Amino acid sequence: MTETIPLADGHRWHDMGGAAAGAVPLADHDFALWEKRVDALMILCSAKGHFTVDGLRRVLEDMPPSSFEELSYYERWIASVSQNLVEAGVLTTFEIGERMSAIRERGPTYGDASDG
Amino acid sequence: MPHDHHDHLSPSGHPFRADDDHPLSYWQTMEIAVRELLIEKGVITAAEIASQIDVMDSRTPANGAAVVARAWTDPDFRAALQHDASVATAEMGFDIGPMKLIAVENTADLHNIVVCTLCSCYPRNLLGLPPDWYKSRAYRSRTVREPRRVLAEFGVTLPETTQIRVHDSTADMRYIVIPARPDGTDGWSKDDLAHLVTRDSMVGTGLPKSPDAPDALA
Repeated sequence: MTETIPLADGHRWHDMGGAAAGAVPLADHDFALWEKRVDALMILCSAKGHFTVDGLRRVLEDMPPSSFEELSYYERWIASVSQNLVEAGVLTTFEIGERMSAIRERGPTYGDASDG
Repeated sequence: MPHDHHDHLSPSGHPFRADDDHPLSYWQTMEIAVRELLIEKGVITAAEIASQIDVMDSRTPANGAAVVARAWTDPDFRAALQHDASVATAEMGFDIGPMKLIAVENTADLHNIVVCTLCSCYPRNLLGLPPDWYKSRAYRSRTVREPRRVLAEFGVTLPETTQIRVHDSTADMRYIVIPARPDGTDGWSKDDLAHLVTRDSMVGTGLPKSPDAPDALA
């Protein structure tokens, strides 16, 4: 986590407008159910006042630049949603960890491990 | 359900993301855990999640296309859209909530293109969820620096005399491009015109379909 903070020009990494980069990748994909669920969790929890879009972004922007390459969009989002809910006192890291262990025992795929 | 590998394309014609077939990932596990705990604690219900996903799926670029086609055919609406796009589109049933929506019009001399350099802000009420390229490092970085080159990668080459205006979205402010109405569409109905309006033409990375295109009335 040491690679995060400002780039040479004083911008943090997420503030990437104007930087050099390669060709725009034009391939697209349909969102998987779990990705839509992450989006829905964000919308619903923020609508109910548990955190805000600014909180979502703060955690995303505090991630190291490598997370942008290593994690997909909704992988970063669920990490941030989870962190924000812990900060808000809605969930604890212990119960999330415990539940994740139990879920892994249910089966090898998302369909096996998710009840809906 | 057994995996069926005969059909690699979804109904929309995109490939399914590869990870649908992969073993349960760490982050998927976290999504399940967070969702289950929130439901058990009564913070949200399973029905609310399902309903939110239905809303998400119902928002497609057809919403934006209806707005554009109306702007092309209804001068009063066009004026209302320019005055306050949030209000004008909410009245069509496409509420953007507390955010401000700005409609920017292309003309013969001006082409608008929308980006979110900081993240992925997008007019979801009119276009649905943003495509992957909109969220990519390349698009976010380069669109404000070399928009003509970015446009060329999307197959859009504009005359040097056309001014290009780049709009950088924020969490609170979203943009929709109103492309120029294609020539040769005099007398067309709003519904027929809407078929010419592509998603990319409303982001500014594309142009509307030509009325002569084989799929113009698809």
